[in-house]
Amino acid sequence: MLLQRLSEAHGIAGHEEEVRAVLLEQIRDRVDACRIDGMGNLIALKKGTGSSPLRVLVAAHMDEVGLMITSAEESGVLRFAKVGGIDDRVLPARVVLIGPKRVPGVIGVKPVHLLDKGERDRVTESRQLTIDVGATGKAEAEKLAPRGEFAVFATEFIALSDPSSGYRTVQGKAFDDRAGCAILVELLQERFPFDLVAAFTVQEEVGLRGARVAAGAEKPDAALVLECTGANEVPTTRDTSPSTRLGSGPAITLRDTSFISDPRLVELFRTAAREKSIPHQYKQPNIGGTDAGSIHRARDGVPSLTLAVPARYIHSPSSILDLTDFENTAALAREALHRLPRGFVP
Amino acid sequence: MKELIRSLTECFGPSGHEEAVRALIRRELPRGAETRVDAMGNLIVHRTGAAGGRRIMLAAHMDEIGIVVTHVDQKGFLRFGNVGGVLSMPLTGGRVRFAQGITGVIGLEKLEDPSRVPSLDKFYIDVGAPGPADCPVRVGDVACFNRDFEEVGARIVAKAMDDRIGCAILLEVMKELGRSPHDLYFVFTVQEEVGVRGAGTSGYGVEPEIALAVDITLTGDTPECAPMAVALGSGPAIKIKDSGMLAHTGVKDWLLRTAEAGGIPCQREVLVRGTTDASAIQVSRAGVPAGCVSIPTRYAHSPSEMVDYGDVEAVVQLLLRALAEPVDIG
Repeated sequence: MLLQRLSEAHGIAGHEEEVRAVLLEQIRDRVDACRIDGMGNLIALKKGTGSSPLRVLVAAHMDEVGLMITSAEESGVLRFAKVGGIDDRVLPARVVLIGPKRVPGVIGVKPVHLLDKGERDRVTESRQLTIDVGATGKAEAEKLAPRGEFAVFATEFIALSDPSSGYRTVQGKAFDDRAGCAILVELLQERFPFDLVAAFTVQEEVGLRGARVAAGAEKPDAALVLECTGANEVPTTRDTSPSTRLGSGPAITLRDTSFISDPRLVELFRTAAREKSIPHQYKQPNIGGTDAGSIHRARDGVPSLTLAVPARYIHSPSSILDLTDFENTAALAREALHRLPRGFVP
Repeated sequence: MKELIRSLTECFGPSGHEEAVRALIRRELPRGAETRVDAMGNLIVHRTGAAGGRRIMLAAHMDEIGIVVTHVDQKGFLRFGNVGGVLSMPLTGGRVRFAQGITGVIGLEKLEDPSRVPSLDKFYIDVGAPGPADCPVRVGDVACFNRDFEEVGARIVAKAMDDRIGCAILLEVMKELGRSPHDLYFVFTVQEEVGVRGAGTSGYGVEPEIALAVDITLTGDTPECAPMAVALGSGPAIKIKDSGMLAHTGVKDWLLRTAEAGGIPCQREVLVRGTTDASAIQVSRAGVPAGCVSIPTRYAHSPSEMVDYGDVEAVVQLLLRALAEPVDIG
């Protein structure tokens, strides 16, 4: 399964090579042209049938959140920096894999017996945490994990649900946004009326950087960003809404902190979902940001929309995704794109 | 011009929903004006110059701050988030208006600590719905703050003075401007309040040689306020700097010279927090010499934004003089 391969590939922001190699192998024979740009974005062209003059960008980011080694202590443990948004609470006692050789290490944590009362109530900040690679001193640690080496969570992809339950949930890391990448690969199987430019972008997690240059170079008439977004259904006593719910279908973004979806595209996706009876939901407004934040501001403006697979516990070592949501996201993207009117841009 | 300001400020247009404002401005344009709307929704009006002038872009934003519905609860109350810089203080007991004309009252939960300014998630909106099934509003719907335009002595007060006053000034300048050597682009932008988004893309499309934003600025003339050397009634404020832009010195000097030559009192503006569309146009493409003429405004981002009408007229006069003659920005 492609989602599994992508989830288990390593690629923090700035080190997307491994993910890109998997994607390149997958799409090479499906597209009419492809290139890797100066920042590392993988950009492919799938020509249209010729019935629409439009040029549509569909983007998904290859990078994931992770860690970077910053220094080694005399004792042989490693200091690190976070790359992208990671909650300090998910770090202690995690196994990480460092560098292309996948050197294993454990983020150290004080045993419960030794904690005083104050420590129990506090979250340890990431700059006070260290990674233990089993080295006995600084020199050995630096050899195993030199400064600047990247690290990702060691997470195996696992199918969670009993097939007879009717649910089809899977657990893995980096579904944000390998789920989007996998859907984009699937879309490249067919021809749309318009020229489709697929952009597998770099450095989304550190500021929507790759998408900015990809959109600037490709001059699209419209853009769709395929994402994986947080589903938080943690029980609460307050009557407030979760950002999205697992199992409720693809989430259409109306507005987030980075952009406002083009109202015509929202209507297009809404109608496609309704008429094809594809379950869908609207992401709670004002949360997060996606590559659309860069793309819609490129050149003289690109009408954009973000469609996302909901997943629980994103930006942590283990996120959970519902394969039915995943398939419905692909189905809605495909259906809506086919309906994009040729006169969308006057 | 006051009637124009009234209809513009009372119009509905939170960021991303500028359609009604755009339609109103189109109706007010001089007959036969050459217009286009770009991919983001910016309204671009072009006026060809006589000869020997520059390509100058003037920008005023159509959007206003507001709220967006994030949740409809089991009793039919709405929770909301901000659209642009929304302050908690003026909210309680205020009213909002949705695009379809529905009014909502803003309420506040019982606070555990009333001495602290509550965050937005403590507020809710009551649209009079008995339950979620009867609620006429959906998640994602946006609303503006509801407040009428009024004259208060020499001042005028309204919601969305930021920046409909700039839109009104651009329209007035278009009407009154005689022969000008310059190729002028009057751009009514979208999504300024959420991050000067429309100005960047329209600046790219227009590719001006000089850009001016016409927008509001804060003042330092109210009781116990943060110090700022700008006051209501003391004339147009010529931007030196704000938190997003250093005005091009040539553009700034051109405006100051023009004001002096015309005997128009003006103020030099240094704004510590906040910026305008000019900051985005300035860095579009290979860079654009940019400046800003500001209208001093009290109570910005509240439903009662106050400006001095004499200042408004003076900004119009300043722009008319500046655009009538050849420009030297050094």
